[in-house]
Amino acid sequence: MDALKVESLSRSFGSRQAVRKVSLSVARGETVAFLGPNGAGKSTTLRMIAGYLEPDEGDAWINGASIQSNRTRAQLALGYLAEGAPLYLDLSVKDFLAFLGRTHGLRRAEAKDRIASAAEDAAITDVLSRPIETLSKGYRRRVALAGAIVHDPPVLILDEPTDGLDPNQKIAMRALIRRMGQAKAILISTHQLDEVEAMCSRAILIDRGEIIADTTPAELASRGAGGRLEDAFHMLTRREAAV
Amino acid sequence: MSETTAPQWKETLRQASSAMRAVYLRELSAYFLTPLAYVFIAIFLIALGAFTFEIGRFFQTNQADLAPFFLFHPWLYLVFLPAIAMRLWADESRGGTLELLLSLPAPTWSLVIGKFLAAWTVAGVALVFTTPMWMSVNWLGSPDNAAIFLTYAMSFLMAGGYLAIACAMSAVARNQVVAFVLSVAVGFLFTAAGLPVVTSGLSGMFGPGAADALASFSLLMHFESAQRGVLELRALIFYGGFIALWLALNAIWVSARKGG
Repeated sequence: MDALKVESLSRSFGSRQAVRKVSLSVARGETVAFLGPNGAGKSTTLRMIAGYLEPDEGDAWINGASIQSNRTRAQLALGYLAEGAPLYLDLSVKDFLAFLGRTHGLRRAEAKDRIASAAEDAAITDVLSRPIETLSKGYRRRVALAGAIVHDPPVLILDEPTDGLDPNQKIAMRALIRRMGQAKAILISTHQLDEVEAMCSRAILIDRGEIIADTTPAELASRGAGGRLEDAFHMLTRREAAV
Repeated sequence: MSETTAPQWKETLRQASSAMRAVYLRELSAYFLTPLAYVFIAIFLIALGAFTFEIGRFFQTNQADLAPFFLFHPWLYLVFLPAIAMRLWADESRGGTLELLLSLPAPTWSLVIGKFLAAWTVAGVALVFTTPMWMSVNWLGSPDNAAIFLTYAMSFLMAGGYLAIACAMSAVARNQVVAFVLSVAVGFLFTAAGLPVVTSGLSGMFGPGAADALASFSLLMHFESAQRGVLELRALIFYGGFIALWLALNAIWVSARKGG
C-alpha cells in the first residue's frame, strides 16, 4: 500500500485553475521530489494533501486514511512542514514541541521521549530551552522540521525544507531527510535541483497545475539538452513570455 | 464499511480534546508569561474601582450591596474584553501560524473553544480579584450573599458573551486594531439594544413588540434581572446560546481563511 496516495486533486481560485487533476503516490521508504516553477501549483497541492486547503475535487489518502472523510486520522499520520516554516516565536523550542506533541495526543512521558528524539534528529538539542525568536533562520527551519516529526509520522510533506539555509545547514538537512526517508514516505517540494539528485528516488514535475513528468531524476535529466536536471526543468517548464 | 463509524468519531473527539487543551494552555501561557494579562487585570480593576466609587457613589448609597459595582460591568467588558481577545486569531494570520494551527489533527471548533476558554479564564481571574469589594460590603453590613454570588456568576457569563464576539471579530480581521474596533462596535449594538432610551425610541417607531424583541438580544437586559437577585432560566439559555452562536461563527470564519 502507498503511504501517500493522491487522486485527481483540483483547485481553482476564482477563474484561475491552480491545480488540475493531480494524482501521485509515495511508498514508505521512498523520497520523492515535487518540482515546478513558482506558481505551478506545488504549495496548493501540498496544502490540500495536508488538509489546510479544501480541494474542489479529488482526495488524498495518508497511511490509508482519507483527508476528506477521515481527516483526523489522516493528519495524525502526517508530518507537515509548511512553506516558510511558521513557528510560535514567543515559545521556547521545548514548549513549541510540547505544544505540537499535545495536539497530536502524545501523553506526557511519550512526549518527553519524542521531543528528545526529534530534537536530536533535527540537531537542536543545544537550543531546546531558548525562545524561538532568538534563533537563527537555520535553527528555526530545523525547529519546524522537529515539529513535523515530533509525533513520528509515517508520511512527511516538506515544503522548501532547505530554503534560506547556508551550505553547511543544507548538507545536514539533506542527511537528516535521507536518514528519515529510509523508514518514511517523504514528499519534498524544492527549487534546489541538486537536492533532488542527492536525496530523491523519484521526481514529479508540475507546471501550470498539471503533472507533466513522474520519473527518476536520471531519466528526467536525460530529457534536457545537456543531460542535466536543470536543462530538463527549463525545457519542460519554460514560458513563452518569461519575465 | 463506512468511514464514519464510532471509532472514527471517538478518535476525532479524543483528538479535539487534546488539541483544545493544548491550545488553551498555550494561550494561557501567552497571557500570563507576558505582561498582557497583568496589565489588563490591573487596568480593569482600577477602572472598575474608579467607576464604582466615583460615579456609582458606593459609600454614599448607604446600602450593603454591590449594585453600584455591578452596574458598570457591561460597559467595562465592552471595552476591556476585546483588548484581550483581539490578538487570538488576528495574530495567527499576521505571524503566518494559521497554516500550522489549521493543519493540526483537530477540528477547527476545538481550536476555537481552546482559545476562547483561555481568554475567559483571564476574565475570570480579573473577576476573582474584585472579591475584596464583596468582603468590604460584608464588613460594612449584611448583604444578600446569594444574590451577590448569582450576579457574579451572571457577570462571568456575560463576559463570555463579549469575549465570544471579540474572538469572532479577531477571526474576521487581519490585524488587532481592526479586530478591537469591530468587537467594540458589535458589542455596543448588543448592549445598547437593551437601554431604555433605545427601547422607548424603537417602541415609538415600530411598536412595543419590535422593541421587546430587539431588547431580548441585549447582553445588558439579561444581566439586569441578575442584578435584582433573580435567576432567570432564559438568561442562562440566552448567554449560553449567545456564546455558542458567536463561537460557531468564529469557527466558520476561521475555516473560511484556510488556504490564505
